Amino acid sequence: MAERKIIPIGPYHPLQEEPEFFRLHVDGETVADIDIEIGYNLRLIEKISESKSYDQVTFLIERICGICSTSHPFAYTNAIDDLLKVTVPERALYIRSIIGELERIHSHLLWLGLAGHFLGYNTVWMWAWRYREPVLDIFEKISGNRNHYAMFKPGGVRRDMHEEDFPWIKKTLKALIPKLDMFKGAVMDDPVIRARTEGIGVLTKQDVHDYAAVGPTARASGVAIDVRKDDPCGAYDKVEWKLITQEGGDVFAKAVVRILEMYESVNIILQCLDKMPKGPIDLNIKDMPVGEGIGRYEAPRGEVFHYIMSDGGNSPARHKVRAPSFMNIASNKKAVIGHTISDATIILAAVDPCYCCTERMAVVDYKSGKKLMDGQDLIRLSQEKTAKMLK
Amino acid sequence: MKKQEIIENIKVRSGKDMLDFNDRSERRVYITIKKEILPKIARYLFNDVRARFSIASGVDTRKAIEILYHFSVDEIGLIVSLRVILDKSNLEVDSLTSIMKCAEWIEREIHELLGVNFKGHPNPKHLLLKDDWPEGNYPLRRDR
Amino acid sequence: MTREDKMSLKLKALTKSIWVYHLCVGGSCNNCDIEILDLLTPRYDVERFGIMLVGSIKHADAILVTGSLSLKAVDRVKRIYEQASKPCVVIAIGACACGQGIFAKGPVTPNPVDSLLPINIYIPGCPPKPEAMIMGIVKLIKKLTGKKC
Repeated sequence: MAERKIIPIGPYHPLQEEPEFFRLHVDGETVADIDIEIGYNLRLIEKISESKSYDQVTFLIERICGICSTSHPFAYTNAIDDLLKVTVPERALYIRSIIGELERIHSHLLWLGLAGHFLGYNTVWMWAWRYREPVLDIFEKISGNRNHYAMFKPGGVRRDMHEEDFPWIKKTLKALIPKLDMFKGAVMDDPVIRARTEGIGVLTKQDVHDYAAVGPTARASGVAIDVRKDDPCGAYDKVEWKLITQEGGDVFAKAVVRILEMYESVNIILQCLDKMPKGPIDLNIKDMPVGEGIGRYEAPRGEVFHYIMSDGGNSPARHKVRAPSFMNIASNKKAVIGHTISDATIILAAVDPCYCCTERMAVVDYKSGKKLMDGQDLIRLSQEKTAKMLK
Repeated sequence: MKKQEIIENIKVRSGKDMLDFNDRSERRVYITIKKEILPKIARYLFNDVRARFSIASGVDTRKAIEILYHFSVDEIGLIVSLRVILDKSNLEVDSLTSIMKCAEWIEREIHELLGVNFKGHPNPKHLLLKDDWPEGNYPLRRDR
Repeated sequence: MTREDKMSLKLKALTKSIWVYHLCVGGSCNNCDIEILDLLTPRYDVERFGIMLVGSIKHADAILVTGSLSLKAVDRVKRIYEQASKPCVVIAIGACACGQGIFAKGPVTPNPVDSLLPINIYIPGCPPKPEAMIMGIVKLIKKLTGKKC
């Protein structure tokens, strides 16, 4: 299934004095240490939030991350519900869950494609992203946009769903299942993929606790945490679904968790479409009293945490946002050290960080500090390792 | 562990250093403690209860700087938020990095955005802001 | 032949097969970057038009810029643009690159990218659909070859 052609992607820079996102210190072929520098995409959204009205904030925080665009409004509206001690109308709960799960499917497919690319399976990349398209079509049908759906609103949802669309949505989702079977087979039955990912980048249960890792990164190590089960929101406690965990803690386990979660997402959406009651979709909140609220949601990458402090005015007095990658990326300090540089790319990508950031990598010699190679070289090394194994 | 048990244990360990207790709802508890006992209670929650450290959030309330440490007890969906109030004339608190590695990044962030000094932090350089960001310019402060 | 004539001849030559370099200038949600990559996938498949994504700025005929220009990225963006062999067209993709969108005049994104780089075409949208990006590139090609847009 592997392709010979290597398609370079991402913002590369051949210059020396760059603040790399991941700087790997190598001793020969082995990674001895890693420096992680973030802040490249910093916009100080928490500060901008204080100058927007509560309603405008949903549009702002959607744009924190393009891939988990809906998870932030979901957690934020949960924080508002927590502050006000209200429950939004039931129809809105179901719509929220449907949007959340659709996003999980498209995000995991996106990750699968990138992982395939890093391993040298560009066909996996093309096919995973090709089968993302029907999911984006469903989003466009429901909300009018492929990304940044603007469906969430304090007090409910902004737009209703139409029953006449449901048969088409169900058909499109059911048509996705055989494709998921194909990916599951491709990943779990391929001996080279297993050789490239099993035992690589292992995080133990203790590591998960020490670094407070969340999401599939934690569940792949057997830690059964999921905000949808632990602190239910939306309609997650009204439908039947399984929490997916694996025991290996390695890159393979993380991939399996993501693939199996997609099946559960389809399952949840189909149940929600059947059970959704008719009724209002908005509480029409007019005032925000003084207080504080915490809301969270299980984004495709893990727990998104929003804290709101209100002083009774029209804008948040304080809005703390914590994305899951903030905790997960730090765990790379444990996961990648001791491994070879050809495995580094897939390990760093396994926690599913922001795509643009993974590209900015550099390798320096442990003793001299001299830069040896950049992100493009690292990806190529990883792809070459797979090509050798296939011979 | 049950919620009542956790709260009782925190009350016992805090004694008179617990300044406020707000059992806001079934899954949200806010406890204000003196900064001196922060490491003790954090150690209890992180090591004994095995709660997950979700994040810490700092805010400039104009009178003072408050830091909330949010611990999630996932088995019962409870969030215990420890509130520490720091006087603007003495913006210092012990770093929790020696107890939990996951506190390292957020302490760096609160340091550069609010100007709080975390005593004993192993790596207090900038996390998000660029390195030549003007000294003393803390974006989330409100004293201007 | 004047220098301007020579320049425009070179630009016209570019339009046979455009090699594009993707530059994210920070301060964005990366959605436009994902949609740009989407152009390579089977549904849109821009490689059949000769549009290829390259990994080095030195090979680029066009730069696809996304992002609202965060302060941390300014030096790097300047250096990369200086390395590009001219003539090189710059295409601003997405609301952030067109005028910073919702991050306009933000605390760490004070200026939009067109205060730093000369932009030849703006493709708005948040994010712009892949069809819109293709249409934008086609309009640019028509303009460069002197055809009616």
